[in-house]
Amino acid sequence: MHMADALISPAVGGTLWAVSGGLIVFCARKVKQSARDNLVPLMGILGAFVFAAQMINFSIPGTGSSGHLGGGLLLTLLLGPAAALLVIASVLTVQALFFADGGLLALGCNIFNLGFFSAFIAYPLIYRTLAGAQSGALRKKIAIVIAAICGLQLGALSVVLETVASGNSELSFNTFVLMMLPIHLAIGLVEGLVTVAVVSVISQARPDRFSMDSAETASAVSRPLLIGLAIVTLVLGGLASWFASTNPDGLEWSIAKVTGKEEIAREETGLHKTLSEFQEKTSLLPDYSFKTDEPENKTAETSGNQKEPWPSGNAGTSLSGITGGVLTLALACLIGLALRLGGNSGSRQ
Amino acid sequence: MASPVHRLDARAKTLVTLAFIVIVVSFPLYEVSALTPFLLFPIVLLSVGRIPMLYILKKILIAAPFALVIGIFNPFLDREPVASIGSFTVSGGWLSFVSIMLRFLLTVGAALTLIACTGMNNLGASLAQFGVPRVFVVQLLFLYRYLFVISDEGGKMFRSVELRSEKGRPLPLRVYGSLIGTLLNRSMNRAERVYRAMVARGFEGEIRVLLPSALRWSDGVFVLGWLTFFSVARTWNLAEAVGLVLTRFLPGIPQ
Repeated sequence: MHMADALISPAVGGTLWAVSGGLIVFCARKVKQSARDNLVPLMGILGAFVFAAQMINFSIPGTGSSGHLGGGLLLTLLLGPAAALLVIASVLTVQALFFADGGLLALGCNIFNLGFFSAFIAYPLIYRTLAGAQSGALRKKIAIVIAAICGLQLGALSVVLETVASGNSELSFNTFVLMMLPIHLAIGLVEGLVTVAVVSVISQARPDRFSMDSAETASAVSRPLLIGLAIVTLVLGGLASWFASTNPDGLEWSIAKVTGKEEIAREETGLHKTLSEFQEKTSLLPDYSFKTDEPENKTAETSGNQKEPWPSGNAGTSLSGITGGVLTLALACLIGLALRLGGNSGSRQ
Repeated sequence: MASPVHRLDARAKTLVTLAFIVIVVSFPLYEVSALTPFLLFPIVLLSVGRIPMLYILKKILIAAPFALVIGIFNPFLDREPVASIGSFTVSGGWLSFVSIMLRFLLTVGAALTLIACTGMNNLGASLAQFGVPRVFVVQLLFLYRYLFVISDEGGKMFRSVELRSEKGRPLPLRVYGSLIGTLLNRSMNRAERVYRAMVARGFEGEIRVLLPSALRWSDGVFVLGWLTFFSVARTWNLAEAVGLVLTRFLPGIPQ
């Protein structure tokens, strides 16, 4: 579920950087206010724990596949929303920097998708409401599973909205949603079950570990809850309306698009032929790109599509583009090699 | 660290890397050739910093699946022919797919290069100087410090489980739950011990990050130089210009 930089646009990345940055500042203030100074090492080590826990997989009952712990909800149960969000954010930052898991520009998106929803929506709104104050063990377990599922569903939906709003993937909103949500329903269920398993082990071995969870965070919940709700409505509403305005009707639109593409693909031989014939007649790259407008018109006719293709989409430009690209690549590698050799010999002398 | 890249101020490197990523991502969807000059940035830094290229490449490859999984749909969904090389027609989907993968290589490579040339402590200090909340910076440094300790502990537990169970089979949920629970318990015990040790050494609730000295002129040159290069490469397609010059002067290279 980690988004990569390559798939998002600067606008989407920047917006979510701002949102997540605000969240971090807010949570940092909250953590500072809390009197527990043993929270600092605890947070750091629990972040490291999440990494370690993700090293091993377990088998998902009934299926052949395996999964591992995400940890967002577990951290929130142990630390409370504000500290948990900081831990999740730090885990994601280290993953982006050292393990190339999710990008730096996408970091804002990832913190929001994986941290915000479990810490500020799933935990306070769903888990706390369902589990109640003095509830039995079974009810708490069910509440954890439902909260985990909801948190991941919201996160997955948010991934879809951010990707579609960025416009780099050709997947339509509907296809992508149909891909992501069922998968994350399963992942959320698994996450919930694992969290329940871990929580019950801990609460048997050390019941005091979870005592802080109800006593200290109860008062801190109400305000972040309201602010969180407001932010999420704004962001989701904004993204959704933006999306809705550009693509009037989801399903019909995606079907039309897919079928339209099919027709183009069938006619591709025709276009392909004309282009190659044209290629034979002309000498190579007479003037940067082909002189006549003829092939451009033909392209327009055969494809019958008003969508603007590649900005400078013709054979001439693309050939010089490719030659230049390959050359630049070689040049960059050569420069690197030269610098390396120079540096090495310099250090040896 | 001996290399000139390591000696640069962490703030300068962070700033340039962020600018690099934003500029790379801001290119239009079908752009491929104009992105190639940007490879110069990570390659130069890695080379001057004498960081093994293969090590970075391996890390990038490990992370590739997500971008691949989403990007691979483009060739199937966008079949509109947009360009042709000789008699070979390229569809928009393939072009945007290549573009996405190239962006992925560049952005991830830049992030890994940044950390390899800077180090976590310096990066943390620079984040604090940029105004990131102290609590979060300390959290990052703490996480980084204990990452390997706790991972070692987890690794030991899992090895002992492997020795006692069928090879290569994932664990049932109940065993997994108690295993992770135990790991969590041990981690929290460790946190308590660390906390006590810190209190014994005068910890008052805040870690002081050592902030490096003022910026030097070389940092300014570094920032200005790269930002100029990025904006030139963003405005003009340098790769195409090189290709153009080449195809003009050498008529009759292979079609």
